[in-house]
Amino acid sequence: MSAAGERIKSYPGFGLLAATCLVLLYAPLLVVMVYSFNDSPSITRWGGFSLTWYVDVFTGVEAGKFKVAAWNSITIALMATVASTLIATSAAIGMTRSGQWRGKSASFALINLPIMVPEIVTAVATLIFFSAIGFKTGYLSILLAHIVFCIPFAYLPIAARLQGVSSSYEEAAIDLYASRWQAFRFVLLPILLPGIISGALLAFIVSLDDFLITNFVKGAGVETLPTAIFGAVKQGIKPNIMAISTLMLLVSILFVTVSWWIGRIGEKADAPVSE
Amino acid sequence: MAGIAPNNSGVDGAAFSGLKNRLLLPSWLTIGVLLVIPVLLMLVYSFLTKEFRGGVVWEFSIAAYDQFFLDRGLFGDEPVKIEWTYINIFIRSIVQAGLATFFCLLIGFPTAYYIATRPPSTRAFWLFMVTVPYWVNLLIRTVSMKFLIRDSGPLNQWLLQLGVISEPIHLINTNVAVQLGLFYSYLPFMVLPIYAAVERFDFALVEAAHDLYADRMTTLRRVLIPAVKPGIIAGCILVFVPSLGAFLAPDLLGGAKNFMIGSLIEEQFKGSAGNWPFGAAASMILLSLVLVVLMFYARNEARSRS
Repeated sequence: MSAAGERIKSYPGFGLLAATCLVLLYAPLLVVMVYSFNDSPSITRWGGFSLTWYVDVFTGVEAGKFKVAAWNSITIALMATVASTLIATSAAIGMTRSGQWRGKSASFALINLPIMVPEIVTAVATLIFFSAIGFKTGYLSILLAHIVFCIPFAYLPIAARLQGVSSSYEEAAIDLYASRWQAFRFVLLPILLPGIISGALLAFIVSLDDFLITNFVKGAGVETLPTAIFGAVKQGIKPNIMAISTLMLLVSILFVTVSWWIGRIGEKADAPVSE
Repeated sequence: MAGIAPNNSGVDGAAFSGLKNRLLLPSWLTIGVLLVIPVLLMLVYSFLTKEFRGGVVWEFSIAAYDQFFLDRGLFGDEPVKIEWTYINIFIRSIVQAGLATFFCLLIGFPTAYYIATRPPSTRAFWLFMVTVPYWVNLLIRTVSMKFLIRDSGPLNQWLLQLGVISEPIHLINTNVAVQLGLFYSYLPFMVLPIYAAVERFDFALVEAAHDLYADRMTTLRRVLIPAVKPGIIAGCILVFVPSLGAFLAPDLLGGAKNFMIGSLIEEQFKGSAGNWPFGAAASMILLSLVLVVLMFYARNEARSRS
């Protein structure tokens, strides 16, 4: 595009607003990060740099509680990720490789229902369901609820990837006497992998992130990291919470970076493009 | 929409199309049993009689909806009036969600546009920076905001030190704090879909408008915004819907006086109120509101496609 074209494309003040947007998004996080290294037990006064609160997270009075909560969070997130990614991959192939049929948009709506229904409504409905059928709330009820709301998050990147890939690859494999399983395993799966990984990463982080639904279906005594943090924050924000928050922040950044990097590799290796 | 043509060419998907039902069954079953049935059950529960300290008695009753909409006095013997308490909470939630959507659009649109018009090298950086908060735990982000804006928090300390203010600004436990929390929570949800729309936009149209003597504002209003409207609407819905049922921002930043729907419902199940049918009824009303918004969106989509 010409230089004049570049000029008419830009609007004065948009750059400033974009910079403001970043400042607004990051200021609270940066402040908490900085204060997590505060030596003073008072959260308001700066008492010099120290790692006291990070040591406290792992060895302090509440360390045991947070360790159990972190373990619950991670194991639930891992299992929910595996289950929801398997279900979503299967659903994505079923949806994108079946042409047009009656009820297809209804099926699409059903698969995406968990992101359309407000979280609080899902939380209430799930609690009522478990209570009505006499299912004891606890670890397993959290896991089941997480699998459900992770499905659309895993589904969307996988389906997007599938839509960009022509079906002639797997058809060629079938023509060359591959079984359907072989066509999936050796042709479709390698092409789909970037989408599956993005979907799985998204599902994992969404599960790790969830507070509201977990809080409703966790029952007494079982905590995940967000519910444990929420419980602690209700008593007042203490410096150890800021240290935990900073650690979780770093985990999130790590995940975005990995997902970004895989996306890049996926783009570069994009030989197959739809015609 | 340009560029999204279905790649089905009659024989497309022959390899797996026979397996369609078997491939889709796990997702249908999981979501059907663990979400659709629970929502229907919630509808049933909203018409049952409450049991004290949570749970229900299986007896038909419209007490929950009655309590929501009508005021019959303390002993139920006064002339029936409209009960405004809960309707007001819903109105407040709709206003708060609407304002959050407006503010997110106000700052999100220029940001998305700015990012989409960067050269590819810096665009990746900007996009990365907007994506990170999207992935950060919402609870942690809300707690961070609470920490920042407390009366004795860093924001007030700096403003006092700089002499901008002489007394701390009291933000926490106000509607303004809730608004700030909602805006901050869902801002990335606005930026990303608009960015995707602007990125696909053909800027030759802007040049054409310019050649036809349109000034920049006219080009923005008549060419760019109509073209990226689907992205703007998607962003607005992604902000409005979760804001409407938000729990964390009103609970942590708003305190007891600035209730929104989410806190009202939560209190019926986790808090002191313990009225399940009433909580189920309030959830049904919230769900109906959201469905209205989504149906409006679907109709709009269908119209813009045809």
